[in-house]
Amino acid sequence: MEKDNKKVCDEIVRRSGVNPRKCMKCGKCSGTCPAYDEMEYHPHQFVYMVETGDIEPLLKSKSIYRCLTCFACVDRCPRGVEPAKLIEAVRLEAVRAQGNNHLKPDQIPELLDEDMPQQAIVSALRKYTK
Amino acid sequence: MQRIGVFVCWCGSNIAATVDVQKVAETLAKEPGVVHSMNYQYMCSQAGQELIKEAIKKHKLTGIVVCSCSPRMHEATFRKTAAAAGLNPYMVEIANIREQCSWIHKDITEATEKAIVLGRTAIAKVALNAPLVPGESPVTKRALVIGGGIAGIQTALDIADAGFEVDIVEKKPTIGGKMAQIDKTFPTLDCAACILTPKMVDVAQNEKIRIFSYSEVEEVKGFVGNFNVKIKKKARYVKEDVCTGCGLCTEKCPQKKVPNDFNLGMDTKRAIYIPFAQAVPKVATIDADYCTMLKTGKCGVCSKVCTAKAIDYTQKDEFVEEKYGAIVVATGFNPISMDKFDEYAYSQSKDVITSLEFERLMNAAGPTAGKLLRPSDGKHPHTLVFVQCVGSRCDSCAEKGKEYCSKICCMYTAKHAMLTRDKYPDTDVYVFYIDVRTPGKNFDEFYRRAVEDYGVHYIKGMVGKVSPEGDKLVVQGSDLIANKQIKIDADLVVLAAAIEPDKSARPLATMLTASMDTNDFFTEAHPKLRPVESPTAGVFLSGCCQGPRDIPETVAMAGAAAAKVIGLLAKDKLTGNPCVAHSDEMMCNGCSSCERVCPYGAITYSDKEFRGPNRTTLIRRVASVNQAICQGCGACTVACPSGAMDLKGFANKQIMAEVDAICK
Amino acid sequence: MQVNEFKPKIVAFCCNWCSYAGADLAGSNRLSYPADVKIIRVPCSCRVNPMFILRAFQRGADGVILCGCHPGDCHYTSGNYFARRRMALLFSMLDYLGIEKERTRVEWVSAAEGAKFSTVMNDFVQTVTALGENKRLEDLRCKR
Repeated sequence: MEKDNKKVCDEIVRRSGVNPRKCMKCGKCSGTCPAYDEMEYHPHQFVYMVETGDIEPLLKSKSIYRCLTCFACVDRCPRGVEPAKLIEAVRLEAVRAQGNNHLKPDQIPELLDEDMPQQAIVSALRKYTK
Repeated sequence: MQRIGVFVCWCGSNIAATVDVQKVAETLAKEPGVVHSMNYQYMCSQAGQELIKEAIKKHKLTGIVVCSCSPRMHEATFRKTAAAAGLNPYMVEIANIREQCSWIHKDITEATEKAIVLGRTAIAKVALNAPLVPGESPVTKRALVIGGGIAGIQTALDIADAGFEVDIVEKKPTIGGKMAQIDKTFPTLDCAACILTPKMVDVAQNEKIRIFSYSEVEEVKGFVGNFNVKIKKKARYVKEDVCTGCGLCTEKCPQKKVPNDFNLGMDTKRAIYIPFAQAVPKVATIDADYCTMLKTGKCGVCSKVCTAKAIDYTQKDEFVEEKYGAIVVATGFNPISMDKFDEYAYSQSKDVITSLEFERLMNAAGPTAGKLLRPSDGKHPHTLVFVQCVGSRCDSCAEKGKEYCSKICCMYTAKHAMLTRDKYPDTDVYVFYIDVRTPGKNFDEFYRRAVEDYGVHYIKGMVGKVSPEGDKLVVQGSDLIANKQIKIDADLVVLAAAIEPDKSARPLATMLTASMDTNDFFTEAHPKLRPVESPTAGVFLSGCCQGPRDIPETVAMAGAAAAKVIGLLAKDKLTGNPCVAHSDEMMCNGCSSCERVCPYGAITYSDKEFRGPNRTTLIRRVASVNQAICQGCGACTVACPSGAMDLKGFANKQIMAEVDAICK
Repeated sequence: MQVNEFKPKIVAFCCNWCSYAGADLAGSNRLSYPADVKIIRVPCSCRVNPMFILRAFQRGADGVILCGCHPGDCHYTSGNYFARRRMALLFSMLDYLGIEKERTRVEWVSAAEGAKFSTVMNDFVQTVTALGENKRLEDLRCKR
């Protein structure tokens, strides 16, 4: 089981292009994060947990959908670790693990948080305005 | 044809027990060029050396091979022996048959065979040796110190103390550097001015020391012992030798809106100014960018009030050329610009300041006369947030800050926090840290005192952003130990900005051909064993130009650099290492490959005339090696595509001959 | 003893400041390595011209090893970096020409690493012995 976690983490690292070992544990990503209070696991924890192979709680956590992908942490990280990209990769892992069991349109309102800008929109904005 | 003598040493039983020395001597006697071969119990002994001397004279030897211990042990001994017998000392080669043969092999046949090969190799090499004479160059007994901060001051004082003349070149109107701007020093909390200004006065009064203030190094030529330096004395529009430093002009000047760089722009000065009360030299300087008289020709107030008649509006930049034997670089540091760190709102709020600005705010001679007041509204701040590692320890690809740890920030932040709590017990002081690094005598104790005795709140985490809201600064950061994101309404935010080498260092390094690392710190000749010398001979390093360091370390380094300078200046003549590179001008094609790999800048190119066919002359660009600077590493010999560059004592042909002898 | 026991010819270039001193230390500590290794002293690893190595193989050497100071510790600041780059190119070219890359090696040995020097040499000789005689670059005119 543990070995599988290691494999999953390696895949996440490969997919995101993020090297969690560069992290010096300063916590600036979490200090910066506008969605901090919404998250069970915070950006710096994502980096640490992927590094140590503790991936299961992350995959199960709602935190992966709470990240706005606003890239504030990516911009401010002094070590160039890019936590948001890592979180995106963890999210992708969770989505892919569902196989064809995609989210149905009628399920969306349930998950949508009224107070937060929708992740997809922010993400798209970031991608297409850069 | 060389006449070679071979001397096989027994080294008691050290060699003789595993190597058949008799057989080695007999076999080597048959090698081409060998006219004399013998063995003896202790070649390095007095008697052994006499045997060598006799043989050199008797057999008219032109080269000798000693099969003995490592050349690192006795090469110098046998060279002296050869010289005493009238043979050039560089006609001696050592075959290492002890450390690299007898001591590591047990089988006599095998060891003897190897000893013969090693002897043969040395014979092959010595057959191609040429007599070498080390070059000599005179030493100008005067040193130049570039930079007049604490590093430069201490170096100059120590050199002058040994009786040598020293010149200090300082680009600001006064010496003193960053230390003059600092309020208190850790970990003892002495007042910086109280310990610095007496040293500045010592410099001014020392007959051996000359100060070129408001001056810059313009050009450096020459090499160790013989530098020619051109110094630019910038026009200060005040006659330095006439001005008494009374300061009347600085009070009467009508142009009052000049940002005061000594207080980092937090207040203003006049267009004619003396940077601070204890300035050395205490001479006024006119800031030409702001002076009405210099800009429009209408004013002249300072000239009217000056009783000494020291003002001269027509003054021009002056150039002085001086000779020096040694140069000490003490160009120091600056805090980095906060432009790339928008998240801390440095450009948006006056109440976000750097630590150096905080020093001025706390200083009795500073813009607030020592009262801790907010720069925006002059109110007393109650909540202060210190942010450490701003721009230090950044990843190289992040391109925002510096990769290195700035080293001094942890300690001065602890000092600032402690002083604030000491003077104003009504304040709340927070320090955001990643790690607290306190290696140093009494350093960790100092930091613990800040926490335990003064109640400074240390928070493990980093500030994500600072947003000005009303008259408060909302500091949002993470507290990693509580696993919380916290928000603090602060009145004043102090950023511990990373430090970087002064901008003037890079062009200076080019002038000196001294190497620098990617961060523009000067590199040392050896990171452990020669920390205050630059790889460029005759150039020494003092203070932060070599890397971040605090005051005690800087002073120690300044003393060390001075000792090295004194060691150099005490010599009447410099004897070089004759095993240096030289270029065959007929083969050189002027490609500059060698110049680029030389770590010492010993290679220069010049146009030379050569005789061509049919009485024509050709002008070709060829390399030449300065023998006083070359250290003989041989990097250029390999880089040279035409084979023009070769190393004396380790020539291509010699090493080839050694290879051949081994592979025979 | 077998008559035809293969004894490789190995040329070791050692920089004067670190590796040669390391070899001396191996000697002082009586840490043995095969007598097939013959050391040539050079001021710095960057003094070693690729020509020397080609010459060695041409004259029948079976292996060539270059030892220098550890990166960052070079007596001449940057010499070993030059050596490292040059040898990386040379060795890959030699490999292309048929001189197995196991026959060439760069090692960093400091003046304090006598034991390392001995270990490296033992290992290198073993590797080269296993490969057998080198024939590829040998200039037959050089054979008597």
